[in-house]
This record gives sequence, C-alpha cells and structure tokens, in this order.
Amino acid sequence: MDLSRRDLMKAQAAAAAAAAANVALPAEAQNITLGEELRLKWDKAPCRFCGTGCGVMVGVKDGRVVATHGDMRAEVNRGLNCVKGYFLSKIMYGADRLTRPLMRMRDGRFDKQGELQPVSWDQAFDTMAAHWKKVLKEKGPEAVGMFGSGQWTLWEGYAASKLMRAGFRSNNLDPNARHCMASAAVTFIRTFGMDEPMGCYDDFEHADAFVLWGSNMAEMHPILWTRVTDRRLSAEHVRIHTLSTFEHRTTDLSDAAVIFRPGSDLAILNYIANHIIQAGAVNRDFVGKHVNFRLANTDIGYGLRPEHVLEQRAQHAGDAQVSQAADFDAYARLVSEYTLDRAHELSGVPKSQLEALAKLYADPKTKVMSLWTMGFNQHVRGVWANHMIYNIHLLTGKISEPGNSPFSLTGQPSACGTAREVGTFSHRLPADMQVANPEHRKLAEQLWKIPEGLLPGKVGFHAVQQDRMLKDGKLNAYWIMCNNNLQTAPNTNNETYPGYRNLENLIVCSDPYPTVTAMAADIVLPTAMWVEKEGGYGNAERRTHFWHQLVDAPGEARSDLWQLMEFSKRFTTDEVWPAEILEKAPEYRGKSLFDALFRNGQVDRFPLSDMAPGYENRESKEYGFYVQKGLFEEYASFGRGHGHDLAPFDTYHEVRGLRWPVVDGKETRWRYREGLDPYVEKGTGIQFYGNPDKRANIMGAPYEPPAEAPDAEYDLWLVTGRVLEHWHSGSMTLRVPELYKAFPGAILFMHPEDAQKRGLRRGQEVRIASRRGEIRSRVETRGRNKVPRGVVFVPFFDASQLINKVTLDATDPISKQTDYKKCAVKVVAAMNQAGAPAPSEPDARGGPR
Amino acid sequence: MRPRLLFTAMAVACLGAGALLAQDAPRLRGPDPFTREQAAPPMQRPITNDIRVKRNYPDQPPVIPHAIEGYALDLNANKCMSCHARRFTEQSQAPMISVTHYQDREGNTLGGLAPRRYACLACHVPQTEARPLVDNRFVDMDVLTEPERHSGGRSNR
Repeated sequence: MDLSRRDLMKAQAAAAAAAAANVALPAEAQNITLGEELRLKWDKAPCRFCGTGCGVMVGVKDGRVVATHGDMRAEVNRGLNCVKGYFLSKIMYGADRLTRPLMRMRDGRFDKQGELQPVSWDQAFDTMAAHWKKVLKEKGPEAVGMFGSGQWTLWEGYAASKLMRAGFRSNNLDPNARHCMASAAVTFIRTFGMDEPMGCYDDFEHADAFVLWGSNMAEMHPILWTRVTDRRLSAEHVRIHTLSTFEHRTTDLSDAAVIFRPGSDLAILNYIANHIIQAGAVNRDFVGKHVNFRLANTDIGYGLRPEHVLEQRAQHAGDAQVSQAADFDAYARLVSEYTLDRAHELSGVPKSQLEALAKLYADPKTKVMSLWTMGFNQHVRGVWANHMIYNIHLLTGKISEPGNSPFSLTGQPSACGTAREVGTFSHRLPADMQVANPEHRKLAEQLWKIPEGLLPGKVGFHAVQQDRMLKDGKLNAYWIMCNNNLQTAPNTNNETYPGYRNLENLIVCSDPYPTVTAMAADIVLPTAMWVEKEGGYGNAERRTHFWHQLVDAPGEARSDLWQLMEFSKRFTTDEVWPAEILEKAPEYRGKSLFDALFRNGQVDRFPLSDMAPGYENRESKEYGFYVQKGLFEEYASFGRGHGHDLAPFDTYHEVRGLRWPVVDGKETRWRYREGLDPYVEKGTGIQFYGNPDKRANIMGAPYEPPAEAPDAEYDLWLVTGRVLEHWHSGSMTLRVPELYKAFPGAILFMHPEDAQKRGLRRGQEVRIASRRGEIRSRVETRGRNKVPRGVVFVPFFDASQLINKVTLDATDPISKQTDYKKCAVKVVAAMNQAGAPAPSEPDARGGPR
Repeated sequence: MRPRLLFTAMAVACLGAGALLAQDAPRLRGPDPFTREQAAPPMQRPITNDIRVKRNYPDQPPVIPHAIEGYALDLNANKCMSCHARRFTEQSQAPMISVTHYQDREGNTLGGLAPRRYACLACHVPQTEARPLVDNRFVDMDVLTEPERHSGGRSNR
C-alpha cells in the first residue's frame, strides 16, 4: 500500500501515542481519520419526527447519510436533538426497505385474494387507475378516498388536495393528524377565526409559570421540554404545574403533579374560570373590548356510529358544533357551578393543588404559558377543553404577548404546515378556507385555474368515518400515504381491518417499510422518505422550513409527490369531470389531470435552472420544471395579503425557517397585538382579526362524562400513548437498533397494588381486554410511568401488541378526533392451553424504564 | 378474510434476503392475519456491563451501559451527575459529561451543567439485550472513507 508522507506521519503519531500509553493498537485502529479527509457534505433539514421542528445538520458521503446532529443555527433547538433526532441517520437504512411495488396476485393477475408480489410501477398504477375509474363511474366521487398525514411535505399534501378535490371531485381526504390535533385546529377557528397559536416558542423564555394540561413533554416534546426546564432551573421564581392522569418524567421535573380522574379536566378548567370571576381577577377592560361570549350546545354525544345507544340518547349529537350568543353573566352563571368542592369531587385532586393552580392564572403579575397536545385533543370533549383554556387566558387578558401564551403543541412535523395550512382535512382548503363555503371554493377555483363549480362543497369523510365507510362498502378506492393507520386507528379489529379486506375495495398503501397497514393492503408502493426528496414542513409555532434532496431513495422507491403526479396522468378530464362543467369550459376537454392540475401555467412556471446547484431533484428532472417551487408558490398565493403570508420559496432554502405571517421579509412572533403583528391596526392594542368583529370568543360549556368508564367487569381506565424512543407506530424507530434496544416492546404500566390484587407479578404475561377486543402484554409495575390505582397505560408503537384492537372509536363530536385516552378494560393473567397461567419471564428484572 | 402471506418467499423476492427472521416479522408487521392473537414478547434484561459502545458518528449521544433503575432525576436531585459531573469523575471513573453540556442556549460557557442539559435521559438511553428485529444497513463514515481498513466492515448492528 502506498502511504503518503502525511499518512505515515499520522500513523507514526498514533503509534507513538499508543506506546506512551503502553497499549498496543490493533492494526485497523492504527489510523486517525481527520475531518477534512472525510469530506462530508453537510446540509440542513428539519427533524423527521415530532411537531417541535428541530433543525438538524445532515452529513452525506458517497450518497449515504453518515451523520446527523442538532443544528446550532436553528432557533428552535440551538444544537440539541432528542435521542430520536440524534438517530435520524439510521432511519432510512432498515434492511427491509421496500424497493419495488407489490401487488396481490394470483395466476399472474391482480387478485385481492392473492399474495403480494413484486410488479412494475406501470402494473401497479394501471390496476389502481382501472379500479378508480370503475368506482368513479359506478358510484361517483364519494366512493374514492385518501388518507394522508401531517408527515407529508407541504407540496405532497398540496398535490394530494388538488388531485382529490379538483381532480376526482371528492373531499374524502383526511390526514392522520385528525387523530392528533383536530380538536385544537377546530377550536382555533371557533375562537379566533384563524388557525394556529398566536404565540411562539420564544414564550418559553418569558413565562413565569408553565401549566401542562395532559402533556408529557419530557418524552413527547423533549427539546421544547429542555427550554421549559432551562427556564425553570435558571429563574428561581418560575414554577411548573403538570396535570395528568398518571405520573411520568414530566411530573418528575414539575413543582406540582396534579393527577386527575380521566375526563375531569373539564371541571378543573371551569373551576379556574369560576375562581377568576369570584376573585375579581377578570381583566374587565380586555374582556369588554376584545371578547364575545357564547354558550355551546350540550349533551352532544360521542362521535360513535349513529345507531349506537349513546348517540341515540344524546340531545345534540346532530348539531354538536352549534353555539348561541350569550353575555358575561350567562357565562359566569354556567361556571359558577364549578366550585372548589365540586371540582375536587369530580377530579379527585386535592383542593390545595386546585387553588394554587387557579391563583396562578388569576394573578395578573404571573405570566402563564399553557401547553397541551394529545392528552387534551384526544378527548370526547377535546374542543370544549381547548375552548376552556382560551376562556381562562381571555378572561385574564393573558394572551398574545411574550410569556402569556395558550400554546397548542402538535404531534407531527408538518401537522400545522401540511394538515392545517395546506388544508388536507376533509373540510378544509388552503389558508384556513372551508370546502363548505361557496366563496372559498370559488376563490380556490380561480387560483387553481379550474372551471367554476368544479369543487365539491360537501365535507368529506373524516378519518374514523373513512374506516366505517370502507367497512360498509360505501368507500371503495382508498389510498393510504405516509401513515400506518391499521396500527393507529381505534377499534381496528372491528372498524378498520374489515374495510381493508372488504372485497369491493382496493386498498393502496405507500410506505418506505412493510408496516402493518402495508401488509394488509392490496397494492404497496415503495416510498422515498425524508432527505431522499426535497421537502418543506410547518412546525407548531408557525415556522415553515425546507430541505433539499440529499440522497437517492433505494431501488424503485419514489416520493409521494411523484406517485401522486404520476397517477394523475392516467385520467382525463372527460373521464372524471361532469359533462355540464366541461360544456361551459370546453378548453379543459381531453386534458389529462396532470396537465389540468400541474401543467397549468403556474405549477410549471419555474425552470430547472432555478434549482440550487449541487442537489438532486428527481421529480423536477423528470417533469422538466421545478415542481416543488411551482406547487409552493401557487399554494402561497392563497394566503398572501391576508394574514397567512409566506416568504418567497427560495428564501426558505436559505434560512432556518420563518414564522408566518412573513410581511416585508419579517416573520411574526406574536399575533393579534399591536406593534408585534403588522396586521393589527394602529391604536387598537389587540385585534383578533380572524373574526369579522375582531373579537375572540369565550365559549361556555359544562363537564360531561367520557363515553365509557370502568365498571364491575371492565374495571380499569386504559390510557394509550407514546414513549420517547419510538415515533408513533415505530415503523422507523424500531428499525434503529439503539432505539429498539432501548425500548424493545410495549408493556402495560400498572399500579403495584392493582397487580397484586389480580395476582400478577412484574413481567407476567396478561390479557388486556375491552368490550371490543384484546391483546397480550406484560405487566410493568415500576419504571418511568407511575399510574394511580385504577389506571393502566399502554404505548401503541409495538406491531405485535396492537393496543388499538382494544380502544374505542369514540370521537369528539365537533372535531371528529378520536379519544385514545379513555376506555374501560380488564387485565387478567394470560393462560396457556392447559388453563394454567403462562409462566412469567425468569429475567423480568429488566425492561425499559 | 385476508389471504395468507408467504413471508419467507416475500423476504427473498423483494424485502431483502436474510434481513428479517420469520419469527421477528410480526414484531414489525403485525400478526398474520391481522386478527390473530399474538403472544407478548418477553421483557428484556438491561445491559449493565459498563462497556463503552462506539458511537455511530461524533455527535451521537453515547448509550448508557449500566443500570439506572431508581435513579432520581427531579428538581431536587440528578443522580447521573453524581458520577458524571467533572468533580466526581475521579472517584467514579465515569466519563465526564461532554463540554457541550456546559454551554447555555446563547453559546456561553458556564462553570457547570447547563440547565438545558439537565434531562439526561432525553438523549442518553440504556440498552437491553434485545436482538434487533432487522438489520440496519447504515454505514460508518470511516468505512466509506477508508474501506480497505475495514474489510467486510458493515458496522452497527
């Protein structure tokens, strides 16, 4: 081997150092690789996981990601990542990546009863297109649907929305973000007339107190939690109050752990409002100028199937979203029932804790940041819970200024960007517009350059409804992208799986890995992920951020964007648009949907020369124009000039994200307050300009019980959720050895006395059964989560312990978001065939904690 | 009913031969068919051998090679720091926390642990003896840089 002089010197230096340390180096270790020799190419990208939106630096060599670390220049995380983020380098390299399309075949032809076999993209798309056309012809647009994600990039969600709404004329498009934050999104619109938080992450450094409502930030938003704990440990007066149905890592680092009975958060919130009123702590000036009062319809049911007895019995199941104008006195009367005694009785929380919490909100000198995610949103009264938080902040005027901030955290990297801003919900269009509003549809038709009257006005099927309609045979052509719904939907054995295997239906699943959902689909499309494509996300603080394609996807895997656009080529307007619309707009006749939607003079308006040199971009090179830029700029035209302004496309490739509205090149950190938000008129102080009268709504609502509660037979509350080490259903993180080995399987967290009462030992195999289904798991009586008696917690990441066979498909009747936090189960020892308890693990000492 | 899937045939045909053992498939892909009941996997013993594990790249937080059961990590105590803080490393012979952990959000270097780094377990995780369910084909940058020194060298199972 030819050694250069420098190499030789280096090798000698290492050997000398080794000799000095009196150790012998093995041959392969006698080498030091200097950073400059590695020649890694570093680029920025947002993290692939949660809604925090951390910046990551990605090191690439020879077409492979070889290193990642927290981006020092990213405002969100300033160099930090959580353990999932630090292992991003390995998520793309699971050995079972899908690299070819698969289709169920028998005798060389598609057969739903056949087995998944490799096919070409053309075979897969042709089979799909034939089925889509048949269904559209026989049953119409309401029988086709798509289930997407807040993990789609902005332009993937945007292209999907165009293809579904303008192409197939169906609003049966929903993101799995429906399961995550629909309650938050819906309540923003109901309260402020505009979606997404008024504040931002800068509030962390300004607040005097943090109140976490059902949020375990230490595990689910670890980097934001570093900002909370940083503030708590750096400023002596700062306090953290965490409300939860069990103790966990976040309560470990909180000043107060407020453990309440599932669902009783509504009573606590109303008590706090009542306390504020009784204590004379209402900010009269603020309320008089900026707030309206309304009272919600009550007894609104639980979003179950309409024939369910709970829906039959509910007075307002059919008009749950309706509310009536009211005044301060009517609202005060409603909450006056929620005395300290009543809140204590309903919640089980000690009165001293409740009072301390109420005083915190009532004290005008304490700046409070309220934080919540799934604990609040996955709630049969999730919309009300969101309202009640805003009620408290609005009564006291603690809003829209640094440190005073009701802040809805989001679960997915682009839950805000793609699900909400782009509008991939079944009821939404871009920039907060609604499909049911004829004016909004008209504007969308103009901006999309499609014939007037084309867009459907009927709200489509939401996530849970899609599963029901698949089962009932009303939804027959279904494309699942960027999610693992058969693992994560509620009550899957009864309500999700039957629809996937219904012989009338064709189920398509696009995914990088063979997930539970992919294995139950009829066609599986191998998909490029993360930095294998150019992307953009929108995080929880309204920050839009981009990344370039940095490596190629393996084999024939292609991005969701390419899949959507390619599929659109297989349809012509004559096949899918009504004749009477084409009669009035003959210039659209005979066009492919690709030409009508993506070669429309707007999306295709930016040449390849606009692309930054040095980066691959497979979609643009294939189509001959800068696809991502064209889609983004057309999308951005929906929001510019009325409070949703986005910066020019190219800017986002330069900066570490910007928080919209971006006006005159400047981002907006706090909305609705004069001097901080350019949309607020001079001299007004505050304007909630999303509503025509520029006022926010305080919405009065009562406590109502959960859909199901423990009884004599099913005697425990089941709460489901996540763990730090795994991202949702685990399809990426279970394939990273270090993350898998850190938390290698789901477990049932149970109070030691509850275990003892049932004769169960730690590590023993048990059955967790509800009225809907059961799974087997193992008992954990120690570890990171400390549940009270009567409550058990099971994470949902483990494909071999599908806890959603047990959960209930009840939703908030307004937001249609599933309640994964409250159903009744029993836990018994798993018996082997002889009827004896299955042996417990001999080495049950360990397990994750 | 869902037709039975031939996992072994599929694995050879399209999912990468030998990547996934048949008995591990339900752990990643669910039972076959979906409605079948699945035994719970055994709980795994923690790795407590105190042997340092090579990082996959410089900024990877090292994994924890010892038991942490019962460690206090709350507002009053941080058990991790009782060995890994600078002043205790001589007695404990534990690695000192990285110098990056002395920097606050603004980049100022402090005398002690930066408050933002207080929650150790957000980044450093213990490991169990669980065998990975599937290979990970991540390649170490050193292997790419000087492949001749790492013959057969795919690392990081």
